[in-house]
Amino acid sequence: MHGAVDFPLLSMLVLVPAVASLLVALAPRRRPEYAKLIATVTSVGVGAMSVWMLRAFDSHSGGFQFVSRHPWIESWGISWHLGVDGISLFLFFVFFEIVLVPMYFLIGGWGYEDRVRAATKFFLYTMLGSAFMLVSILATVFIASANGIGRVTFDLVELAEEASFAASTGRWLFLGFAVAFAVKVPVFPVHTWLPDAHTQAPTAGSVVLAGVMLKLGTYGFLRFGLYLFPEAARWSRSLWLTLAVIGIVYGAIAATMQRDLKRLVAYSSVAHLGFIVLGTFAFTTQAITGSVMQMVNHGVSTGALFLLVGMIYERRHTRQISELRGLQQVAPVFAAAFMVVMLSSIGVPGLNGFVGEYLILIGSFLTARWWVVVAATGVILAALYLLWAYQRVFHGEPDEENRSFAELRWREGLLLLPFIGIIVFTGIYPKPMLERIEPAVQSLIEHVSERTGYSEPQPVAAVPHDAHGEDE
Amino acid sequence: MLDVIWLVPALPLLGFLTILLFGRRIGEPGAGYVAAAAVLGSFLVTVGAFFDLLSIDEHHREHVSVLFSWVPVSSLQIDMALLADPLSITMALFVTGIGFLIHLFAIGYMHGDPKFSKFFLYLNLFVLSMLMLVLGENLLVTFLGWEGVGACSYFLISFWHTRESAATAGKKAFVTNRIGDWGVMLAMFLGFQAVGSVSYSALNGAAESGALASSTATGIALLLFVGAAGKSAQLPLYLWLPDAMEGPTPVSALIHAATMVTAGVFLMTRMNPVIAASADYAPQVIAWVGAITALFAATVAVAQHDIKKVLAYSTVSQLGYMFLAVGSGAYVAAIFHMVTHAFFKALMFLGSGSVIHGMHHEQDMRRMGALRHVMPITAGTFIIGWLAIAGVPPFAGFWSKDEILLFTLASSPVLYVIGLVTAVLTAFYMTRQVIMVFFGKARWESHAEDHGAHGEFRPHESPAIMLFPLVVLAGLSVVGGAIQLPSFGIVPKGWRHHLEDWLHPVVAPGEAVIKGTGAYDAKSWLALLAIACAALGILAAIAVYAKGRGRPIEPDLLARGWRYDETVSAFMGGPGRKAFDAVARFDAAVVDGAVNGTGVGVRAVAERLRRGQTGFVRNYSAIVVAGVLAVLAWFVIVRGVL
Repeated sequence: MHGAVDFPLLSMLVLVPAVASLLVALAPRRRPEYAKLIATVTSVGVGAMSVWMLRAFDSHSGGFQFVSRHPWIESWGISWHLGVDGISLFLFFVFFEIVLVPMYFLIGGWGYEDRVRAATKFFLYTMLGSAFMLVSILATVFIASANGIGRVTFDLVELAEEASFAASTGRWLFLGFAVAFAVKVPVFPVHTWLPDAHTQAPTAGSVVLAGVMLKLGTYGFLRFGLYLFPEAARWSRSLWLTLAVIGIVYGAIAATMQRDLKRLVAYSSVAHLGFIVLGTFAFTTQAITGSVMQMVNHGVSTGALFLLVGMIYERRHTRQISELRGLQQVAPVFAAAFMVVMLSSIGVPGLNGFVGEYLILIGSFLTARWWVVVAATGVILAALYLLWAYQRVFHGEPDEENRSFAELRWREGLLLLPFIGIIVFTGIYPKPMLERIEPAVQSLIEHVSERTGYSEPQPVAAVPHDAHGEDE
Repeated sequence: MLDVIWLVPALPLLGFLTILLFGRRIGEPGAGYVAAAAVLGSFLVTVGAFFDLLSIDEHHREHVSVLFSWVPVSSLQIDMALLADPLSITMALFVTGIGFLIHLFAIGYMHGDPKFSKFFLYLNLFVLSMLMLVLGENLLVTFLGWEGVGACSYFLISFWHTRESAATAGKKAFVTNRIGDWGVMLAMFLGFQAVGSVSYSALNGAAESGALASSTATGIALLLFVGAAGKSAQLPLYLWLPDAMEGPTPVSALIHAATMVTAGVFLMTRMNPVIAASADYAPQVIAWVGAITALFAATVAVAQHDIKKVLAYSTVSQLGYMFLAVGSGAYVAAIFHMVTHAFFKALMFLGSGSVIHGMHHEQDMRRMGALRHVMPITAGTFIIGWLAIAGVPPFAGFWSKDEILLFTLASSPVLYVIGLVTAVLTAFYMTRQVIMVFFGKARWESHAEDHGAHGEFRPHESPAIMLFPLVVLAGLSVVGGAIQLPSFGIVPKGWRHHLEDWLHPVVAPGEAVIKGTGAYDAKSWLALLAIACAALGILAAIAVYAKGRGRPIEPDLLARGWRYDETVSAFMGGPGRKAFDAVARFDAAVVDGAVNGTGVGVRAVAERLRRGQTGFVRNYSAIVVAGVLAVLAWFVIVRGVL
């Protein structure tokens, strides 16, 4: 538990955007460029701080880092406690809910034709899930105070390390959390808010939704499921594995038949997130490391796909696949960018998506063989729905409406460049990322093992034939 | 050169990056030369590595160079590492060698294409991927190349993407190959679980030492074969290869004849200790699938009219031979046939490209004929390729096919008969093609108008840059058999079995023992029988197509490939699509319907309740009075107060 710097980085990360949004609100209405400037500078600054933290992050430690802890509502044991990774349940819930507000306005305010309905559905659906979590949080805290802790605390680490729940209690508490996360991920069958929200959201909204928000659910499963309720997570794993695999196949099949490009990408998200859930509940180092990596990868690839679809919409004012045709002929560079991102989403080796998917599958194979056999068909279906869509949109002879489709502009290219850079770099050299993820995953699995007596299955040791195993 | 083996894939990578960044500026023909030079460079490095390996003692001919740690997570440690051993260097030699020739040819063939430099961008990326595939030290590096060649194949088949058929064919190739990739991935998972590694040395080592359970070995072998059947176009996954002819002809020669499609055979050979450790039925499955594919595709080739489709089905058929060899434990013969096939099939594909080029993009053989007069070099080299594939001694194909048949007889007489029948058919359909294209009467003059040439339509010989590769490949098709000559009692000792000795360290665990079998004792007779079969096929075709004795037998059923493709397509487009649509509609109506239904339900109930909220004080006070009365009544009647 050490911070490489004394500067309260994490608190700054949270507070700076809040202050900036106040400034944007106060900025003069007649000069919209001020608002744009403030927003851009803040985002770049926050991004830079995160990169700084990534560099300062001690990748050999599995514990919490950059901890920032201040008493807040002391009488209830609520404190401002942030850490990579370590948080207060209370803060988690507050922010888990607050993210809905800007997203609601983003979709409802700047979305497409059916935006209000989609925004409302999104808001109510996820709120409903969160209600279960709120009850669970409170119950957890009070039951824990009576069982092992002796006082009221919302601190995740204390709760996870010191509280002891009866098996049936833990299961009920976990299910409360799980409902909220399952909706947020989303896991089949509570996924249907996602296609609506994605389709109706403006491009920026879709990118944030895919890149960040969905990960709250998968992150929650790891942090509050496996860590806080290891016994219940192990107990219910077949359920989650099954729902995950259904999500992979079902999401892919549904994606194949979509007529709207954005809806297609949204359903592909259901499939991709299925992989992440599969890896999470496989309880092996490779699978969970793959899941965490895939959270990042999905954000990059799907985020970039939404940007590209947004660019198509800007030009053609349609998202209907049937109205697009032959774009590769008129905009080859644009098509090439789309191709790279698409191949990453399909999971072609050498690009980022493959590494995560491969780790999830190979790790899950050790504990969930038959689920993996079915899940791996997802790679066939992913090729099918994306290539078919690509063919209809980019191949063929462009017709009258599509002939004037503009080539990729410089600004758009600069925007996509970091995405493509990450896609290629991570695919070829994932080691820096993997070695930052793995220690935390290992300590998580150790925690689960201590609590449940589970032991992670290891492959049979390699025969000594492998002479160059360790050295590089 | 072994220390710099990384240069072999690095040079095409450099070529790829150069064309990626400056391709449009370099333009035509510069981009072509850059790409060709890159491949030539890796060929030269490979030749150097070959001689380095030769100078090492046979048991130590294995050089691993680890580039960096690729996927390291806990017990799973996968390196980006290259393995140079006799097998990988053999593959790399013909991939880069033939690849270079095809690059040269393509410079001429793609002349004037608006996307000239992009074509070579893809070609270099392909060669890079193919080299990663064959040089990979573990299954994952091979898989990187495996998927890479698949992606390049997709780009190149749909190169002329404004054509709907080309776009569809590219997609079909990718998706079909992905079915195979499912098998390869599961094989890797199974291997990792059993051995804790996906490196060839660990997996094969475990198989050789007996540490790998037979059931696991069987699983790995058959799952890898699923992948091989996809990549190497075997039943039931061969479907994509005939359609792949939509790509430019140099692509058909490079990817769909000489290199990529042999990847499956390579993989099986690479894993031969695992196949040897698996249950007996595993190699039998491989042999049977190979034999049936060989026969099936040969029957289809007999009735094709498109010059490239004949060659495509012929390729499927010849790949079937290679799997027949693999399943019979004849790994040397499989690689031998792979090499000779690469020579003569690349030659004939390029030859067909030269014909198509000279005929102004005509591919129908019924509109050809007598082209030997106008395209003498193309015709001469094509005829050499024909003799090689038909199994006429001393051309290359005779030797390799003969060796496969020898091993086949030793393992199963039924498979041997299938192999022989296929040999007759091969000689027949290739002779048919040569006659229809190069001999007989010219049938193209009457179609001159189709080409808008108005009487000036005249096929022409191709430029030198296209003819040079043809001549070199023709030379190789003549002498290629020399790398693995049998003794026959007349071949001097120093000339025999070069390939066998060279590959011995790699294939020894799986190679069947042929000496001492009845087949081996009768091998001279078998060779004569094979020659007789070739002669039978050739003479029959001459009788039908040159002399006009007997009507051609080209039933519609064969021309349409036994309707297999259409049946699958009809299924995918019909019930398959309906099922997918049903899922999508289920999602909208049932899963989402329940959600929206809940919303509507809540709204409806709320709507009712809202009617009570009228805002009039009198209504509220009436309800208060009613409530008071109800409470009073309850106390009085139910509880009996008073």
